[in-house]
Amino acid sequence: MTGKNKALIVVGTILILLWCLTPVAWIISLSFKSQQAITNGSPGFFPADGDGAGWQNYVDVINDEQFRRAIFNSIGISLIATLLSVIIATLAAYAIARLEFKGKKLVLTLALVIAMFPVVSLVGPLFDMWRAIGIYDTWLGLIIPYMSFTLPLAIWTLSAFFREIPWEMEQAAQVDGATSWQAFRKVIVPLAAPGVFTAAILTFFFAWNDFVFGISLTSTERARPIPAALSFFVGADPFNRPASLLAAGAVVATIPIIVIVLLFQRKIVAGLTSGAVKG
Amino acid sequence: MSTTVAPDDKRDVRRAERAAASDRSKAENALGLKLVAPAIVLMLIVTAFPMLRALYLSLFDYSLTAPDDRNFRGLGNYVTALSDPLFWQTTANTVLIMVVTVAVELVVGFAFAMVMHRVIFARGIVRTSILIPYGIITVVSGFAWQFAFSYKNGFVNYWLPFIEDNFDWFGQYSSAMAAIMVSEIWKTTPFMSLLLLAGLAQVSEDMIEAAQVDGATWWQRLWKVILPNMRSAIMVAVLFRALDAYRIFDNIFVMTAGAEGTESISFLTYRQVIEQFQLGLGSALSVLLFLSVLLVAFLIVKVFRVDLAAARQES
Amino acid sequence: MAAIEMKNIVKKYGDGFPAVNDVSIDVADGEFLILVGPSGCGKSTLLRMIVGLEDITSGDMVIDGKRVNDLAPRDRNLAMVFQNYALYPHLSVYENIAFPLRLAGAKDDEVDKKVREASKTLELDEHLDRKPGNLSGGQRQRVAMGRAIVRDASAFLFDEPLSNLDAKLRGQMRTEISRLQKRLGITTVYVTHDQTEAMTLGDRVAVLKRGVLQQLATPRELYENPCNLFVAGFIGSPPMNFLPAKVDGDSVELPFGKVKLPADKAQRAQGKDLLIAGIRPEHFDDASVVDNPDESATFDATVDVVEWLGNEAYAYIPFEAPPEVQKQLTQLEKDLDGESMRTQLVVSLDGASRIQEGDNAKIWVNAAKIHLFDPATGENLTVDAEHAGTVPSDDAMAKAEEAGHAQDDVHVTPEA
Repeated sequence: MTGKNKALIVVGTILILLWCLTPVAWIISLSFKSQQAITNGSPGFFPADGDGAGWQNYVDVINDEQFRRAIFNSIGISLIATLLSVIIATLAAYAIARLEFKGKKLVLTLALVIAMFPVVSLVGPLFDMWRAIGIYDTWLGLIIPYMSFTLPLAIWTLSAFFREIPWEMEQAAQVDGATSWQAFRKVIVPLAAPGVFTAAILTFFFAWNDFVFGISLTSTERARPIPAALSFFVGADPFNRPASLLAAGAVVATIPIIVIVLLFQRKIVAGLTSGAVKG
Repeated sequence: MSTTVAPDDKRDVRRAERAAASDRSKAENALGLKLVAPAIVLMLIVTAFPMLRALYLSLFDYSLTAPDDRNFRGLGNYVTALSDPLFWQTTANTVLIMVVTVAVELVVGFAFAMVMHRVIFARGIVRTSILIPYGIITVVSGFAWQFAFSYKNGFVNYWLPFIEDNFDWFGQYSSAMAAIMVSEIWKTTPFMSLLLLAGLAQVSEDMIEAAQVDGATWWQRLWKVILPNMRSAIMVAVLFRALDAYRIFDNIFVMTAGAEGTESISFLTYRQVIEQFQLGLGSALSVLLFLSVLLVAFLIVKVFRVDLAAARQES
Repeated sequence: MAAIEMKNIVKKYGDGFPAVNDVSIDVADGEFLILVGPSGCGKSTLLRMIVGLEDITSGDMVIDGKRVNDLAPRDRNLAMVFQNYALYPHLSVYENIAFPLRLAGAKDDEVDKKVREASKTLELDEHLDRKPGNLSGGQRQRVAMGRAIVRDASAFLFDEPLSNLDAKLRGQMRTEISRLQKRLGITTVYVTHDQTEAMTLGDRVAVLKRGVLQQLATPRELYENPCNLFVAGFIGSPPMNFLPAKVDGDSVELPFGKVKLPADKAQRAQGKDLLIAGIRPEHFDDASVVDNPDESATFDATVDVVEWLGNEAYAYIPFEAPPEVQKQLTQLEKDLDGESMRTQLVVSLDGASRIQEGDNAKIWVNAAKIHLFDPATGENLTVDAEHAGTVPSDDAMAKAEEAGHAQDDVHVTPEA
């Protein structure tokens, strides 16, 4: 690599970091502006002198009953949907990667179609149906669509992982005296664990990020997840949003994502690229 | 079977063999179906069934504000929707957003991928950073950019030298659309760049070096060696992102709520169904939205000749 | 420990193409049997039917007197070493070797005893705590063998176990496998496409072509008495030379001249017109270094290229072949996974020979070692049936041909 190329790459790397982190820094900075300053207008990236609020916005957000409830809803709903989706996807992906059966193409096609489905076109009928069977504005009412819409990604990611496990492993286990179940449990599951884990992270991201179902299929704080709650969080004056308070809420809602990214960035990248490109 | 199989009829022989398929392959078939059944059922419950119901409801004049007053309208709702300029305007908005965001993301994402492919320092930090926009809630991204563009509390006007400090980005169509697209592009470029990075990793170094020895300039290597060899990765990335962009909803909801004519087709549908309780007309719009996504997918696959099978390495 | 009997084994895939066609082989208790053939000959499929990873379409698989067609692999008590070793990457070397014992529910002290015993035999003691990912190719190979030997398996099965190793290591591991098998005295079936492995390892070798058994014999028998063109071309390196030939009385006319044949060979080829003569490179030599060469067994030829290796040298002499022989040889080359090359004679010369490139040399041929093949059927007319092992039927080659045509009709059936 020549010196000129090196310099280009260093510059490029810095640009990527700026691109990714500036808005994050901005929302954090905004969350430290006082609400008084926001109402009066407080332009600029950093809080001006005397406009700082310290941790006040965070204290206010955490003390807000609705916000706490929304965080609780989001964590609960996302975790349950993730767990169930990954279990179901593991079974399906194993079958797709390993077994010959009729209808395999159908499952793959269905998954592909659903991955491209315009979710908004479903909220009307689902709204209607969920009210009819009584799961409108409940956790279950959100868990079901989250599972359905995360299944395609989970199935792709997992079947890519399963396919990378050499066939010989299972056959060797069988020859060594294992039953199908033993071969699955002692050889395949340990080997696929990283894949299952990656699929779980990506599924969790989806559920955590969802907005359309969150605002359409809930009406109260009973089941309203955090993105929907943030969007309804207008404060006293609808024309004058409490931006800094919202920013604090947004930062809190982003913390779980950042923690997951920090811990598992390698796995997430592997999962994203294997699921979407190689699949 | 008591009849003998004519030796010259190969098909019959094969059929007989298939009928005598071993217990193992029968068991495998049964097990396969059992394992995928839950996934199929779930996916169908939430998509096929509601879609059929939307198809049915779209034929009625049906509003939740007057649920008993349900009249059959035939294709009336579709006529209403298709003859309303609002439908065409929202579709035009959606297509505009799709084309611009995907084009920008492709260029920026490819540049990012090239840098990440050769990154020499802080590999972990770069990878972590690039995942933050991907993982962040779209609503949060929408808020962050809305406030950033705000003349009252934002910083964009103060950073951009050629923009007046009190310019209201959300005061007119063009600038409001630009703000929406910025948020969309910011959040989804990392995803694009990761897909392209995976494609780039599949282009063999030897080939690039061979081209270099053959006398290709950097630009020629890019266009004649690198890009043709990551065609399928690019096409898949474009397809996924284009369909995703076509469904744009969250950013518009948060940033403009459709003001200044910035509604997208998804947003229009949502408003009819959830805010105005027009289930009949809303269902017609849902069906049209679904059909238009299919059309977009079809066009992309046809025009760019995306080979999904090749990209997914399925035979 | 057990004998393995394969009786009329057939394997057909969904499209009706027989990957293994009516193969019968008896493997004696303690015998080392090699299944060899070019890719697509069904050798791996046959091995996988023995171990139970592949269904048997028809025929009987009998292990230790018991028909096992319908038994699951785990109920057959066989140990197998896979081509890519199939080591479990999440388990240490120790646990990999212990895996079959753990599945069988063996006690810890028994597991420990057997694993340590196996690791000592295979010199894996220092590596027991490592993960397979950190091992070299040869070490992985030994772990895979360790996993096979800790069990009291009825037989060992190897599926091309050395094909992923480099040439030097392959030679070493070959010796090691041979030594181990001799020591344990366990029935072994070994699949390979490499004729050197087949010749050096096997008590007996079964040569397969397109699912049909061609010849089942000891390496020496195969080498000296190949039953047909295919076997003759497959066994031996450099391969046997094939030349157009015409028998006239007690001599044979080759492209370079006439050579006198032993009476019995000449006798068997009477009444045939054009034949293919098969002569191994070492059955020629430079007439000037042979003591008293028989004048009736020498000819003059222009040497094109000489490769001198020290102890010996190879001389290449191009010749023209008539179309019917040419066609048969091209087909043979294809069957052997080779490229169709120019027709040339390869002659192995003594290291002392002074023949140079471009020389017109006098070459001696050992007429007693000439084989004569029927160009239509490929059959060896001069075979010594008593020393040719088992030749399933006269038309083995024709049957394989037929299968080949059927395959060309229905297209691909991948070699499993």
